[in-house]
Order: sequence, then structure tokens, then C-alpha cells
Amino acid sequence: MDMQVAKKKLGLKERYAVMTRGLDWKPSYQKMEDIYPYMAYEGIKIHDWDKWEDPFRLTMDAYWKYQAEKERKLYAIIDAFNQNNGHLNVTDARYLNTVKLFISGISPLEYVAHRGFSHVGRQFPGPGPRVACLMQALDEIRHAQTQVHSISNYNKYYNGMHDFHHAHDRVWFLSVPKSFFDDAITAGPFEFMVSIGFSFEYVLTNLLFVPFVSGAAYNGDMGTMTFGFSAQSDEARHMTLGLEVIKFILQQDPANVPIVQRWIDKWTWRGYRVLTLVAMMMDYMLPKRTMSWKEAWEVYFEENGGALFKDLARYGIKMPDCAAQIALEKDHLSHQAWSTFYNYAAASNFHTWMPDEEEMAWLSSKYPNSYDKYYRPRMEFWREEAAKGNRFYNKTLPMLCQTCQIPMIFTEPGDPTKICYREVDYKGDKYHFCSDHCKKIFEDEPEKYVQAWLPVHQIYQGNCFPEGTDPTVEGFDPLAAVLKYYNLEFGRDNLDFDISEDKKNFAEWRGQATKNV
Amino acid sequence: MAVAAVKTYEFPPADTVDKFHGAQLLYIGWEDHLLFCAPFAFPFPPTMRFGDILAGVLPGVFGYHPDFAKIDWAKAEWFKSGQPWQPDADKSLAENGLKHKDVIRFRTPGLTGIKGSCS
Amino acid sequence: MSTVFIALQTNEETRPIVEAIIQDNPDCTVNEQPAMVKIDAQGKLVVRRETIEELIGRPYDLQELQVNLITISGNLDQTDDEMILYWNA
Ligand SMILES: [Fe+2]
Ligand SMILES: [Fe+2]
Repeated sequence: MDMQVAKKKLGLKERYAVMTRGLDWKPSYQKMEDIYPYMAYEGIKIHDWDKWEDPFRLTMDAYWKYQAEKERKLYAIIDAFNQNNGHLNVTDARYLNTVKLFISGISPLEYVAHRGFSHVGRQFPGPGPRVACLMQALDEIRHAQTQVHSISNYNKYYNGMHDFHHAHDRVWFLSVPKSFFDDAITAGPFEFMVSIGFSFEYVLTNLLFVPFVSGAAYNGDMGTMTFGFSAQSDEARHMTLGLEVIKFILQQDPANVPIVQRWIDKWTWRGYRVLTLVAMMMDYMLPKRTMSWKEAWEVYFEENGGALFKDLARYGIKMPDCAAQIALEKDHLSHQAWSTFYNYAAASNFHTWMPDEEEMAWLSSKYPNSYDKYYRPRMEFWREEAAKGNRFYNKTLPMLCQTCQIPMIFTEPGDPTKICYREVDYKGDKYHFCSDHCKKIFEDEPEKYVQAWLPVHQIYQGNCFPEGTDPTVEGFDPLAAVLKYYNLEFGRDNLDFDISEDKKNFAEWRGQATKNV
Repeated sequence: MAVAAVKTYEFPPADTVDKFHGAQLLYIGWEDHLLFCAPFAFPFPPTMRFGDILAGVLPGVFGYHPDFAKIDWAKAEWFKSGQPWQPDADKSLAENGLKHKDVIRFRTPGLTGIKGSCS
Repeated sequence: MSTVFIALQTNEETRPIVEAIIQDNPDCTVNEQPAMVKIDAQGKLVVRRETIEELIGRPYDLQELQVNLITISGNLDQTDDEMILYWNA
């Protein structure tokens, strides 16, 4: 059979030009600033939108073709996975908690990303970035949908995932990723591109997806691995869009440089704080570890991000200042985060546990400067107490950082024994922060962050109980009421893994799958 | 610096004291005891006696820690917004000068957490 | 020189592509990780259409690569004939 494809009439560069700029026109009876009303107010100056080009030179026709191919592959695997009870092949049931974290913490952000890119795609006057943003908007809704489809199979068997979007909008720690993205989509189009397109997609996304997806593969979770890789295959394009937009803005006008630098500083820090969840996932939640958080940070941020910022130096952009503090935190972040979720296991939509002896040895070897000295003693104590039936459940609400909304768990840079407290007085009220960087972000735009929906304060204001709850009646149990508001069931969706239904069911089902009963 | 906006950008802050049904927020941290991952947030009426917090609230909150029973409150060092500070147990929060969203912490000399790890 | 990299899913479609990349970038480093292969190179990495076509014995469109791509690092330039990743500094 003759497999020769018809000779293309145009080369890639010409085809790209025809399918982007070639489809654009100059308005004649409306003013540009009326059609694109959000282009000026952030202070970014663009002189020639045609200078922007997607280096992949992907056109819409090719986009549909390859995306369709990705979907076919993905759903073939998802079907096979489900038909074969693939969920019973994961290393052990603790692993499932990473899936819960993902569906409630990350997948809803994919949907918000879809909205964000639809919005900026509409607002940018240049046809090149418009088309790239349109593609990314479609990618992001595809990510949200494929994740929900893939994970719905787990939801048939395991707890805590049944109302992930409801949880995303309410559960205390989920306000961290939620507020991060809300902050980005309520910024102007250029800041959105720098925050999500560049800082998140380019600088940090490898730290989210590569370890998560590799971790899924390593832990026998073919479903997650498949949607992860399918989403990730779009990511190279997103990263490229982010990088090209930054270079384009910087080349357009020197006055853009300080504005962009401030955004990069802000969003690298904001994104890094959200990745706290990934750090603990890598070091504590994967029964089979791929690499430590610290190693991943070194490869994907210090090495790779270092190369990036060296490359951007010719535009006058430098490595964000926060990198110095992050370097000090890399020995501590995952341990402080896991301790936090161990504390608040009664109020979460997934289970926590203490590492066993072998896992502690792994942590000691990966964190020789910090684990044995600062974290092993507390974890051994918790483990011993749990064995005595005295598992620690912290039921008092924590103080939160006004900016990142994470409980004030982070220690002073350079002193892992002292909590880092920072505060600001603004218009007669006090505001508290986990770090100099979160404080600086607040001080730059206090009007924005005074509105933060801080879960702890909202609970104390009485806004997080089911409708009709009377918190003044005798014997009122605030935790029970808050869990009801979260749509989580006490004793089933929360508490320690050891006593969970997930653990019990998984053992039973796996037994049935591997033995004759 | 201000928020870049297309028109006047003014919205009410979310956590002013009037929203807490007569209570004000007080944050309390125990130095060198990171078994409790973060300082705590409490809604207390400004008329509450400071001593009632020590005797009535803190045991339920920090009591899980083996160091808690060993605390000699007479020796405890207090800080408000990081500065040395002396509370009067017989006076109310308001009389002690505590306002909405103030943060106080205490250090208990000699007690340094599980195996001295500040946990 | 900084490192550029490309990571691809490990599967039958990418096997000849990885082979082609190794042929065209003899100094690159190949890291096999769970379900993915990451190829690092100093300063610059080239993926050439012709080399892939020789190995698979059929015409190949470099944009097909997107289906199995996991991540890249570096500035990118793609034409009909090659995909280049590079750092300027
Ligand atoms: Fe996405
Ligand atoms: Fe913060």
C-alpha cells in the first residue's frame, strides 16, 4: 500500500503565519481600546503584537488531530485499567491518599486555568498568543475532565473523593491552592500570564507533574499515570507559551522589566508555597518513593530554573530573592507539612499516618542534616503514643498566613526550632504572615489580601456550619458541624489510615484478587 | 503600592472584629514545642480573664504534650508580637492591652520538647 | 553551558525517537526513570525528522512528538525538519 503522505503545500512557518496572523484583521469602526479594554491598566507596554510567535508553530488543525490522538490513547488505557480492577494493583492503600489530594486540590485548578486562559485569550490583541491561549484553555478543561473521569473509578471504592469540588471550595487546607489560583485570575491578563503561564507552568510545573506521575507509575497506579502523562504532554506547549510571553513582554519595552520582575518574585513564592503539598506527598505519601522532595527541587528548580534565569539575565531579569529562603527550607518543608496534616487528620479529606522504621531510615538518609535532629523525635513519639491508643488529633484551629493561607507552620530561615512570625498593621487591623515574602506580597497589594477567605476565621465567624446550625446550643461540637459543612463523614473520610475503611477494604479485596476464596 | 485596577478598588476586609459575635481573635504559640505544628487561633471575649485562659483553655489545647504538666507558670516568659510582655492573670484581655488579632507566645525555660528537639 | 532536556514517555513510539536523539546528540545523557526517559544535553539538543524517518521507515511529522512529550527545558525552535532546544547563556 502506498503510505506516502500528500506533499504539504506550505512549510510549517508559512502555515503558522496563515493560520494565525493571516486570520486576523484590523477593526475599522471600533477602537482597539474598546475591543481590548484590559491591555493598558497593568502598565505593560506592547508596541508590536506580531513579534510574538509560538515556537512549536502549532496550528488549530494540527492541534485537534494530536489532541484527539491523546484522548484515544488515554481512554483505551483507562478502560483497561478499570476492567481489570487496576485499583488493586497499587503498592498499598496509603497511596490512594495522594489521589484524594490531587482530585480535591489540583483538578479544580485545571478548570480555573481553563477559565483564565479563555479570558486572557480573549483579551490579547495579538493573534499568535490568542491562538496559543485558546489551545491552552482547551487543554486545561481536558485535564479537568480526564482527571475526573480517571479518578471516578477510585471513588467507587475509596473514601474522601465523593464531593471533591465542594471540598475544594470549603476544606481548610484546600483554600491554599484555591486562593492561589483565585489570586491569579483576578489579576490582569499580563500578570495572569506571568503567574500561571510562566511562574507556575514553566518554573514549577515539573515539580508537580513529573514526580507525581512518576510516583504513580512507580506505585502501580496506571490510571493516574496515564492521565498525568496525557496532561503533561500538553505541558511542554504551556511552558513554551509562558517562556515566550515573558521574553516577548521584556523585549517590547524596558519599562516592562521591573513590573515583570515583581510578578516573577511574587508568583514563584506563591507557587512554591502551594507545592508544600507536593513535598509531603513525595516524602511521606508514596509507599514507593521516586526521589525526595529535596532532590526534585535541586534538579527541577535549582538546576533547571538556574539555567532559565541565567538565560533571562540579558533582559535584566534575575533569580527571585525567595530562592535563598527556599534553599534553606528544602531540608524541612516536607516534614513540617506532614506533621501538620498528622496534627489535623480529624479535619481532612484524606488519611495520614506515621512512617515505619524503614521509611524513617529513608528519610534520615535523604535528609541527613535535619530529619534525625528535628523530626524523628516527634514522629517516634507520635508513633509510640498511637500504638498505646493515644493517637494525637489536634482539634484547636491554627493561626494562618494572610497571604498563602497555610497555617503558620514554617520556621525562621536558618532556625528550624522557631516558628517564623511576621505582621503588618494596615488600616487599624493586624495581619500575620508566615514569611517575609508573604508579607511583602501583602504590602504590595493590601487591598486585595485583606479580603482573604481564611478558613479558620470563617469558622469562628460562624460561616462554615450547615444552614440552620445554632452554635450557641449546649454541647455544640464545632468540628462535627464543620465536617458536615465539608460533606465529610467523621470516622470514614478522616482520621488515621490505620483505622480506616480504605485500609480494611483494600486488604480484603486484594486478598480476594490473589487467592481462591 | 496599590492594586492595579480598571476602576476604584475598595472592598471591606474580611476579618474585622465586628464579625466575630462579640469575640476578638487571639493567637497563642508555645515556643520550642513544634509537636503543635502552628500557633493557635481563639475567639475570646475581651472581658475574659487572662488567668481563665491559662487554667481553662491551655490544658485542653497543649495538655497532650508531656512537657505541659511540668510547666512552672511563674517562670514562663511571655511575648507579644515578638516583644517581651507581662500579662496579669487577674485582668481581662482588654485590660491586658490585648486587641483583636494580637499574637502572644510563651517560653517555658528548661522545657525543650521531645528529647530536646523543640518538638 | 546550562543543561537543556527533553522527557518522553517510555513506549514503542518513542523508542526510535530516543534512538534518533542519541544519534544526533552523541554527548547527551539518557536517564531512564519510571515510565519516562529524560535526555539531558549541554546547551543545545536537536531532534531531526530525517533521522527518525530512517529509523522508523516512514514519513514522520515532528509535531507527532507532542503525543508522547512529557516536558522540555530551554528555548525552543521548531521547523519542518528539526526541533531545537537551546539556552543562550
Ligand atoms: Fe493543566
Ligand atoms: Fe505565607
